[in-house]
Amino acid sequence: MSSQHTDTYAQIRNNPKFQALVAKRNSYSFIMTTLMMVVYFGYILLIAFNKEWLATKLGAGMVTSIGIPMGLGVIVFTIVLTVIYVRRANTEFDTEAAAVLKEAGK
Amino acid sequence: MKANYKYILGGLFALLAAGAAVAAGADLGNTQKQATNWTAIAMFAIFVGGTLYITKWAASKTKSAADFYTAGGGITGFQNGMAIAGDYMSAASFLGISGLVFANGFDGLIFSIGWLVGWPVITFLMAERLRNLGKFTFADVAAYRFAQTPVRSFAATGSLVVVAFYMIAQMVGAGQLIKVLFGLEYTYAVVMVGIIMMMYVLFGGMTATTWVQIIKAVMLLSGATFMALAVLFQFGFNPEALFAKAVEVHSKHDAIMAPGALIKDPISAISVGMALMFGTAGLPHILMRFFTVPSAKEARKSVGWATTWIGYFYILTFIIGFGAIVNLIQNPADFYVGGEIAKGLKGGGNMAAVHLAKAVGGDLFLGFISAVAFATILAVVAGLTLSGASAVSHDLYATVFKHGQASSEDELRVSKITTVCLGILAVILGILFEKENVAYMVMLAFAIACSANFPVLFMSVLWKNCTTRGVTVGGFVGLIAAVTLTILSANVWEAVLGNPKGSAPFPYSSPAIFSMSLAFFTIWLVSILDNSEQAKKERALFPDQLIRSETGLGAASASSH
Repeated sequence: MSSQHTDTYAQIRNNPKFQALVAKRNSYSFIMTTLMMVVYFGYILLIAFNKEWLATKLGAGMVTSIGIPMGLGVIVFTIVLTVIYVRRANTEFDTEAAAVLKEAGK
Repeated sequence: MKANYKYILGGLFALLAAGAAVAAGADLGNTQKQATNWTAIAMFAIFVGGTLYITKWAASKTKSAADFYTAGGGITGFQNGMAIAGDYMSAASFLGISGLVFANGFDGLIFSIGWLVGWPVITFLMAERLRNLGKFTFADVAAYRFAQTPVRSFAATGSLVVVAFYMIAQMVGAGQLIKVLFGLEYTYAVVMVGIIMMMYVLFGGMTATTWVQIIKAVMLLSGATFMALAVLFQFGFNPEALFAKAVEVHSKHDAIMAPGALIKDPISAISVGMALMFGTAGLPHILMRFFTVPSAKEARKSVGWATTWIGYFYILTFIIGFGAIVNLIQNPADFYVGGEIAKGLKGGGNMAAVHLAKAVGGDLFLGFISAVAFATILAVVAGLTLSGASAVSHDLYATVFKHGQASSEDELRVSKITTVCLGILAVILGILFEKENVAYMVMLAFAIACSANFPVLFMSVLWKNCTTRGVTVGGFVGLIAAVTLTILSANVWEAVLGNPKGSAPFPYSSPAIFSMSLAFFTIWLVSILDNSEQAKKERALFPDQLIRSETGLGAASASSH
């Protein structure tokens, strides 16, 4: 049991497919997190440094300012980004993880 | 699962029936002292009756500690997403954000965005890894390859402190809200919340708590959708027309279309943003929800749905806030104290959404929204109590004191005793803090979550050289720094301790940027300086931990856990 356990883990660890999966997922998580941080903190810093620009009207004679669609855009962006990650992880990453487990006899 | 739907549908029909049966009743009253609102009380009674019926059903399914903590792992991704959204859409965010939009327009939007952006972070970094490594609490994950006693002790402390501050804020909010909405005494209201919440958790465990959250989320989302649609309908679904009217009637006029005073200095802005963004990934009652689903796939679906619903909800609150501007300000006789705008909204600025409910849906809908607001508090408090009880029974009792030798029955018994203790404690704290300023407490809970719980989880799961010493010392350093800097900030130093304005030693609105960085730095430093035998063993365990967190090999399955 114990040596079988060690074998399974060693096999997965040395499987280049597993290493590729970890590398791919880590960099994907990192890029997505960075993207979210850039958009959110970018928006916050824009508010901190350039309130006037955000208050600019969308068109002549309109009251809606640029900041409002941008803010709602950040909300929609957040949802879309999350859903994109979930989709990719639930299909591509899970399939690859299952293949790695299968090769290790699990 | 089919049986569940029957219960839920039964509950919803009961609610609708109640709506028909109860004739449009009491007004909110015309002074600060609100009249007893029978419509709202009747609707709330139906909600409580329905949810207690579900609790009875859940009790028959709650036999082991696993059932109690995680509903036996049998919740689907969609259901869990709803429940997470229910946990997160508190009365504070519904009434508070719509109130903020009502008062300042644009600034309310900035605030709601902050509450949303933590969810992608949980999705990208935490959800699936938590599910693969953990069983009942986030301490299972943080302590996976480390010495159990120190890491669990830290994690339990981190959980309980966050739960305590969050809970006080909710209880005090509940008492105040119910005073205004239902015309009940503060103390009665707090005791009632305590008792009903205790019944959910004590008898129905995670199953009942989850379904209470789901029902409440459905009610809140439907109510808010109706209000937002009613407001947009008034303006032919043209947002520009809505904004134009709001600018015309609001005392701040065009200023409500632009960022105002909410974001002062950039450091505070970033710091508050960090607390919200990373704090969400360190809230024990949220993290616990990832163990109620059967697989990593369902855990990811949970956050996908949760993010969607929460984001949708914040868009609604923005529309509701503007709807309140155009509907309430033009009708001061009905909604303002003494009919004068200068004297403020009846029941205070947080009542904007509640008054709008009456403006667009009459007394019956007002009753519905009031009942939803109360149900919201009840559900959030139940979730908090459950996570506090698991920290005590699973982390402290079963692992630290019994070294993992406690039987499931013993663990369950301790969870139930703790639930009762926490319930009583919540009521006592709620009463003690009635007249205190508790506005800083939710932000403090987030600051601690992002400065203590999040760095520990992040580093233990993702950094191979991390050690027991590193996470324990770093976690406590983050916790102490977050609490100390919050006390030294204006929110507590001036607003609570009564020191003169401008005397606060810590000049920013949130400690997160400093306390979170300090926690990460301490974990890193202490870990690399740790050359003990134990540390070598822990580093050697990382590759196996990685395999489990990435592939789910050996992860607790739905049936076995």
